[in-house]
Amino acid sequence: MDTPALEARQLIKYFDDPVRVQVLHGLTFALGRGEFAAVVGKSGCGKSTLLYILSTMDTTYEGELLIDGVPMRGKKEAELARVRNAQIGFVFQFHYLLNEFSVLRNVMLPGEKLAKLSTQEIEHRAYEKLQLLGIEGEALKKPNQLSGGQKQRVAIARALINDPLILMGDEPTGNLDKKNGEIVFDIFKELAETYHQALLIVTHDPEFAAKTHRIIEMEDGRILNGG
Amino acid sequence: MKLPLLYDVALSLLLARWRQTLVAAVGVTFSITMFIALLSFMSGLNQLLDGLVLNRTPHVRLYNEVKPAPQQPVDRYTAGRKQHNFIRSIKPSDELPRIHNVAAIIAALRHDPRVRGVSPKTQAQVFYNVGTINLTGTISGIEAEEEDRLFAFGDYVVAGNPLSLKTVANSIILGKAAADIMLVNVGDVVQVTTVKGNRVQLKVVGLFQSGLLDIDKVQSYTSLATAQKLLGEANNYITDVQVKLYDFTLAPRLAREYAQRYEVQAIDIQTANSEFETGTFIRTLISYAVGITLLTVAGFGIFNILNMMIYEKMDTIAILKAVGFSGSDVRRLFVAVALAIGLSGGGVGLLCGFGLSALIARVPFHPASLPTVHYYPVNFDPLFYVIGGVFSLVTTYLAGFFPARKASQIDPVVIIRGK
Repeated sequence: MDTPALEARQLIKYFDDPVRVQVLHGLTFALGRGEFAAVVGKSGCGKSTLLYILSTMDTTYEGELLIDGVPMRGKKEAELARVRNAQIGFVFQFHYLLNEFSVLRNVMLPGEKLAKLSTQEIEHRAYEKLQLLGIEGEALKKPNQLSGGQKQRVAIARALINDPLILMGDEPTGNLDKKNGEIVFDIFKELAETYHQALLIVTHDPEFAAKTHRIIEMEDGRILNGG
Repeated sequence: MKLPLLYDVALSLLLARWRQTLVAAVGVTFSITMFIALLSFMSGLNQLLDGLVLNRTPHVRLYNEVKPAPQQPVDRYTAGRKQHNFIRSIKPSDELPRIHNVAAIIAALRHDPRVRGVSPKTQAQVFYNVGTINLTGTISGIEAEEEDRLFAFGDYVVAGNPLSLKTVANSIILGKAAADIMLVNVGDVVQVTTVKGNRVQLKVVGLFQSGLLDIDKVQSYTSLATAQKLLGEANNYITDVQVKLYDFTLAPRLAREYAQRYEVQAIDIQTANSEFETGTFIRTLISYAVGITLLTVAGFGIFNILNMMIYEKMDTIAILKAVGFSGSDVRRLFVAVALAIGLSGGGVGLLCGFGLSALIARVPFHPASLPTVHYYPVNFDPLFYVIGGVFSLVTTYLAGFFPARKASQIDPVVIIRGK
């Protein structure tokens, strides 16, 4: 069997401010390649906290996190940055595009940072990703000239530019209307089914979750089922 | 590929906030401009003021002081006996302050590789006769050519030709102030009385102005031979040997060496003019202090603008980190932003500084005592430009470093979840 794209073993997390509160109580689960999973649960159950630990941005936790079978614990900040750059694509609730750059350049930026390909190749790939998401016509506009749904699609293209092992999303449809939310969902589904992209999406939306392959339901820092 | 990408992002951040960038850069430009202009001007003035005295002062001056013999005859007579002689009211022997064996000393000095040139001088005390009134004066017998070459004598001759001393017999270059008192001009004849009572008529071939009124009232120049004739001495009568060195910092050491070797008194320029060095040092210190203050203020300006930029760009920093830029990348990015401000502002500042200095150097300036000066003195020393350039980079680097370090420590989770 393949190494899981992502594996969490006994993840424990405390918040220390203002008082010590345990938010994650030993979570264990694995996400295979090409799996499309949704993490659901009530507000404050630790979904987002989990996601930020899994994305390596939060490093103050106990337990083991393995990405592609490689343990993340003990890695330096710069090494973790490289893991995020090469293996994780992240889509946030808010698009976080850089208004100083064109849409195309926003998509290219993580690729240029990885610097595995020449700038021309990265540009070509960026066009491919934008085409995949149906917004190649907006490539040379600035992000603030785009609609909310378009911006979120650009953010997805940016997350995909380095062909990451896992695409993570923190409520990626939370700020979108129903129509745009559906478009984004369809894109995710297509990525999972056509391109075998592993996806881990935190969501509040039960409709969205129901259409995914696997639902991980959380309550009070524990996985109820689907883990 | 990594650094150019960071520079590219830095440039975009700068252009996105080009007004702030411009203000910061103009701050650096202003301070560098003032730094360069101030130092060039102050240093030019320093050189002028020092030159006023130092140019005309020999680096080492050899002379023979009139003083009583250190060993009196009675000491020699009673040598070996256990007694001590008390002698009161000793007088020096009847001997003028000449340097003995001066021809050999001058020849030896001219062969010394450290010596740029040697100029002998004979000092004579005289009275200028103005009708029935006598004015005291000093006449220096010089070799006009050597004096001009080594001590810029010609610069201070405001009328007539200094080399006429050599070509016109019994000629004199009179101090300007003395000439004004005597109401004479070039071509007139003055009468002087020597200390021995001889009256000599000398033709005025030039007027001399040092800028120091007390000297110009007293001091006059004539040829070596004329001075010797005034004193009634032979042509080997020389009272001073003036030495100019290639490196004047060697002067104290060489003065001691010559004093010992030639058995004469020797004084070096540093000892003779210590107050000028102190003045120069303090003026330089003040100009550097003001210049560096200007740069530091500009540094704080950059610091503020970067701090503001970082607060504004929190989201950008967070997203850069989320997509794989490390903390050190972010730090380098903002240091690059700061250095770009420093480089552009500093570069323009150096040019403006040069322009302002050039402008100052064209402002007419006619001090009464400095006939050769027509414009404000400015020293275009490349060293000031190097210091200005380096300091602008160092200040902006430091001003950028701390905000950049803060930016590199921003936790992307806090920003992203805060929305």
